[in-house]
Amino acid sequence: MLSKRIIPCLDVRAGRTTKGIQFKDNIDIGDPVEMARHYYEEGADEIVFYDITASSDKRDIMIDVVRRVAEEIFIPFSVGGGIRTVEDMRAVLLAGAEKVSVNTAAIQNPSIIPEGAKAFGSQCIVLGMDVKKVEKSAKIPSGYEMVIHGGRTYMGIDALWWAKEAENLGAGEICLNSIDADGTQDGYELTLTSLISEAVNIPVIASGGAGNPEHLYDVLSAGNADAALIASMVHYGYYRIKDIKSYLSEKGVKVRLNW
Amino acid sequence: MIAIIDYKAGNLTSVERAVRKLGYPCKVTNKAGDIKNAERIIFPGVGAAGQAMADLKALGLDNLIREAFLGGKPILGICLGTQIILEYSEENDTTCLGLVPGRVRLFPQPLMEGDTRLKIPHMGWNRMKIVRPHPVFSGVEAGSEFYFVHSYYPVPVDDSYIVGLTGYGLEFASAVAYKNLVALQCHPEKSGRVGLKVLDNFCRWDGYAQ
Repeated sequence: MLSKRIIPCLDVRAGRTTKGIQFKDNIDIGDPVEMARHYYEEGADEIVFYDITASSDKRDIMIDVVRRVAEEIFIPFSVGGGIRTVEDMRAVLLAGAEKVSVNTAAIQNPSIIPEGAKAFGSQCIVLGMDVKKVEKSAKIPSGYEMVIHGGRTYMGIDALWWAKEAENLGAGEICLNSIDADGTQDGYELTLTSLISEAVNIPVIASGGAGNPEHLYDVLSAGNADAALIASMVHYGYYRIKDIKSYLSEKGVKVRLNW
Repeated sequence: MIAIIDYKAGNLTSVERAVRKLGYPCKVTNKAGDIKNAERIIFPGVGAAGQAMADLKALGLDNLIREAFLGGKPILGICLGTQIILEYSEENDTTCLGLVPGRVRLFPQPLMEGDTRLKIPHMGWNRMKIVRPHPVFSGVEAGSEFYFVHSYYPVPVDDSYIVGLTGYGLEFASAVAYKNLVALQCHPEKSGRVGLKVLDNFCRWDGYAQ
C-alpha cells in the first residue's frame, strides 16, 4: 500500500522563499535550497516549489534554484508557477524537477496538458487547481468554482468538471488548493477534497489550511487525499515533519517512517 | 567509470546527480566506446517500452548492453530500464532485451486493496520486503520505502530471481537480481537516503550474487 505523502510547499519569489496569507502580504522566510535540504532530512516525501516571481525576466533565477535543489535532495519535487508552454516544462524538468504543475495556463490553454503528457509522460504533469466555494448553479453544479489571480478572478468553470476533464486530457496528479482555506491554518477544505478525490482516478494532493497535525489526519482519512501540502506549520517551526508523521502513524495512517 | 545509458528515455540527469553525489565518476552516454570501457552500467528510463526498444535498436545499444551483460559487467536497471531487461512487455506488445527470463505486465483493472480501488500508475512511496539477501541491498533496513512511478510490473519466470517484493493490490517483484544484473522497479535516485544506499552498494558491487 502506498504511504500518504507529506509535502512541504515553498513559495519562491525571485529566488527567496516567501509566505503570504491568501496570496497577499508576502514576507521573506529563507533560502529555498537550504529549506528544501532541511525538509528532505526531516522526512518530507516530496517538495513543491511554487514560483510567484511576478516578471518573466526573473525566471532564470527559478531554474537556477531548481538546479541547486536537485543536487541536494534525492526525493521527487515539483515546480509550478508561470509555466505556459512545453518548453517551459522542459526547462524545469531538465534542471532536475520530477514534475511540473500547470494552473492558470491549463485553464487558458487546456492543450498544454496533453502536449506535456505526450512529451514527458502523465506522471510529470500536475494540474494545480485554485478553487473557491460559491452558490451551486446551473453553471457551477458542484458549488466549487475555478479561480485565478489568487482568487480575484472567477473563471465560470466548475471545479469538479475541470478535475475530470484534466484527468481525461492526461494530467497525472491534481494539487487541489482551497482559496477559502489557504493561509487560515483552520484546516483543509474536506468536502472539496473528498469530492474531487472520489471523482478522479489520479492522486489528489490537498492544499490550503493546514495548521496542525490533526488537520492532516482529517484530510488524509475523511478527505480521501493521497497527500497533504503543508507550509506555515513547518516553515515557522511550530511542527516538525517527523512529529507530524509519528502522530499520523499512531492514528493508523500509513506514512513513510524510515528515511 | 560508470556508464549511464542515454537513449532519450528521460530521467537521466537525476540518476547522474545521485551517482555524482555519492562520489563516483559517471557519464551519461550512448557511445559504444564508453559502454565497452565502463566498469559498470546503469540502465535507467522513463517512458514507454515500445519507443524505448526502438530507440535502443536505432542506436545499436541493444547489442552493446547484451554484450556487457554476457561479459559479466555489473548492470543496474531502473524502472523502464528494468522492464526492458526482461523478455517481453505487454506495453506496446514489445519484445525486449531478454537478459532476464520473464515478462512485464500491466496492473489489472480494477486493482483493489480491500474495498479501496487503487489508482494507476502506482505512484509514491511503498515498502519493499527483502526476500533474499543480496550485496546491493546490504544495510537496507526492513520496512524501508522506495519511490515508485509505473503502470507495468516485472514478472520474472523464476521466483528465485526476486530480491524485493512490494504490495499494491497484488504482490510484485520490485527488485530482481540475476547473475551480474540487478533490476529495480523503483527509483533509487528519488528514494532518499535508502535509495542512495542501494546505488552506493551497486557502485561497489563486483557483480557476483553473494
